[in-house]
Amino acid sequence: MRKNLNVIAAYSIMMSLIILVGVFQSWNIALSIFNLCLISAVMTMGANIQWGYAGLINFGIMGYTALGGLAAVLISVDPVQDAWSAGGFDILTSLFIIIGMILAIKFILKRYERSKIRTYFIAAIIILGIIIIRVIAEPGIEAIEAVEPAKTGFLGGLGLPIVFSWIVGALFAGGLAFVVGKVALGLRADYLAIATLLISEIVIAIIKHEDWLTRGVKNVIGLKRPAPYEVDLQTTEWFINLVEKFNSGKLALISDIADRQTALNQLVIEGSSVFVKLCYSGLFLIVVIILLILTQKALYSPWGRMMRAIRDNEEAANAMGKNVVKQHLLIFILGSAIVGIAGAMLVTQDGLFTPGSYRPMRYTFLIWVMVIVGGSGNNFGAILGGFAVWFLWIEAAPIALFVINLTTSGLADSHFLKQHLIESVPYFRFLMMGLGLLLIMRYRPKGILPEKIEIK
Amino acid sequence: MDFVNAIILLLNYIFIPALTYGSQLALGAIFVTLIYGILRFANFATGDMMSFGTMFTVLFTWYFQSLGISLGVLPTALLAIPLAIIFMTGYMLLVDKFVFRYYRVNKSPPVQLAMVSIGVMFVTQAVVRIIIGPSDRRFFDGEKFIIKAGEFKEMTGLNEGLAIKSTQVITIVVTMILVSTLFWFLNKTKTGKSMRAYSDNEDLALLSGIDPKKIVTITWIIAGILATIGGALYGLDKSFKPFTYFNNMLPIFAAAIVGGIGNPFGAFLGGYVIAFSEILLTYAYRKFFMYILPETMEPGGLVQLLSTDYKFAVSFSILVIVLLYRPSGIFKGKIL
Repeated sequence: MRKNLNVIAAYSIMMSLIILVGVFQSWNIALSIFNLCLISAVMTMGANIQWGYAGLINFGIMGYTALGGLAAVLISVDPVQDAWSAGGFDILTSLFIIIGMILAIKFILKRYERSKIRTYFIAAIIILGIIIIRVIAEPGIEAIEAVEPAKTGFLGGLGLPIVFSWIVGALFAGGLAFVVGKVALGLRADYLAIATLLISEIVIAIIKHEDWLTRGVKNVIGLKRPAPYEVDLQTTEWFINLVEKFNSGKLALISDIADRQTALNQLVIEGSSVFVKLCYSGLFLIVVIILLILTQKALYSPWGRMMRAIRDNEEAANAMGKNVVKQHLLIFILGSAIVGIAGAMLVTQDGLFTPGSYRPMRYTFLIWVMVIVGGSGNNFGAILGGFAVWFLWIEAAPIALFVINLTTSGLADSHFLKQHLIESVPYFRFLMMGLGLLLIMRYRPKGILPEKIEIK
Repeated sequence: MDFVNAIILLLNYIFIPALTYGSQLALGAIFVTLIYGILRFANFATGDMMSFGTMFTVLFTWYFQSLGISLGVLPTALLAIPLAIIFMTGYMLLVDKFVFRYYRVNKSPPVQLAMVSIGVMFVTQAVVRIIIGPSDRRFFDGEKFIIKAGEFKEMTGLNEGLAIKSTQVITIVVTMILVSTLFWFLNKTKTGKSMRAYSDNEDLALLSGIDPKKIVTITWIIAGILATIGGALYGLDKSFKPFTYFNNMLPIFAAAIVGGIGNPFGAFLGGYVIAFSEILLTYAYRKFFMYILPETMEPGGLVQLLSTDYKFAVSFSILVIVLLYRPSGIFKGKIL
């Protein structure tokens, strides 16, 4: 108990902060912060596996998040039959050509020795393949995008419940990580950071501009939910009764029946959105807890010890007969897959997929701030980082506003400096993140909850 | 005649824009490479540092404009750049003193310094947005074109016009002057040579009495000059928007690595490699083929290798390919 005191203290402070928001602002805001904190926590766990366990830098978190989101779309949206009949055949043919190309290249790589001719041959296959695919796919893509462009204009998905996409998102992200890992993991740390960042930008560019698959910047809205809809709840008998029971004390004070009815309606509307958010919180909490148990078990297993050994001294681990390359690839895939789950969860919660919103600031660098601040190598630290940083990110504007009003209280409201500062309140969150990161890196370089190695 | 038209077309839509864009990238890439070669870390604050310098240029330009000072046909910003450089180097030295120095003295691994530079990136970005706001600013004044497309057509009697913007010429000329001065400085002066020695082998340089503090200070000053001028030229040519500058960091990194990180001349060429490949691969060649091919062979489509949406993706793919086959860069990463 004693040695976990700082963990318990840190988490109680975090929870009481969120409860304070609930009391002073509203429960709606508090719950939406809490939900995004949970999603951030999943992302930081993924990044922490890569950075904390194995020392691999992955600045491509944005790409894996977006792939998870794409999975949510491809799983939950109903298939667009017209689009499939218009261009499905062309797309499938192209897909088979791509598979054929990959197999052919693999065959050549295996069969022939490294030489100039081999390289030219592979390049020729790739270029020829791209030209053939363009010729075949172009009419198909145009036909698909012409099917009701305002409403669909893409192939749609499988029409399954959206929760499946959490697993599929992990598979997608893991698949991308496999390719990226094969390509880039041999690079030095800072090259790896830059390469993964740029690859994630390529992924986003594809998701943004391949309208036949993702609708691109036209966005996909109205995804199916795993939770009930507010509108349905507001007309459901048991829910109204529940709200009435919950607030019976408050309602009893109102004597007029009509007034009481309107008050009840108001409470039902508020209650319904809180209830929906609570449903999401429950689902997300289950994911976080499962992942936490798994990652904790992994960290203290022989495998976890091996990963730390590789991280701390690659050559020695190699000399002990550990396959460093294979383990790096494995952990890269595992971490990215977890980030993919988070991406799918995010889209599930929002109910919409907006490729234009994936920006490295929000989905890569902010997550890294979370990992560093929370404590790399410690799962509880990573989750705490996700909570604390996301909380600050949201509450930075009100805090900054408060500070500005306090420091400029001597100035008139119409003073240009005060007005200018109040207008730029949203950007103070960047300042807080940056200063927070710099201070933590300087004075507590292992994060709020540092890594603990227990030797039993 | 058609052949000349085709050449003019390529000059107008590919060569001149790519040369301009390449110059802007090259300045940024040399900045990245210098920091990497001498201070030994990948500076993720590159884009935002450039926007910081440009912000001062914009502010001083506005100040001069309000005073009524101008350079006639040339943009007022040229007058503002030297002042902006002073502020920029001041900021950089300040950042170095309070942030980077601690890690350098402690000999932290490069990864940690890169993480720290992310903190600097956040702070710089916030400061720029708080001071000048996130919106699009144009601060160009003076004569816009040197040759207008219409005038060129009248002058030569060709079908294709050639438009040369004054910002394009200014960008290219300033880049050439700046880069040749820099190479002269690095190769011929004693300080430049000691910088190269320090970058090549730190311990040996220290043994032969080179003062590391002086090297670091000079590096930041040069970096400040490059960042401000590169940023200001980009802003003059397009417009100043903090978010674009952050995004530009990625092709700049690509240019620096393609050229062989740590090698300024490679970074300089890398900028052009990236710019030309981005524009060459995404340009629609239909009109070009219409000029050079006989009418019967005219192409049906746009004859575009990749849609312009993938402009950025092109440079990143080049980088990935280079990293795979020649991790030390096309021009061999000889240190400085």
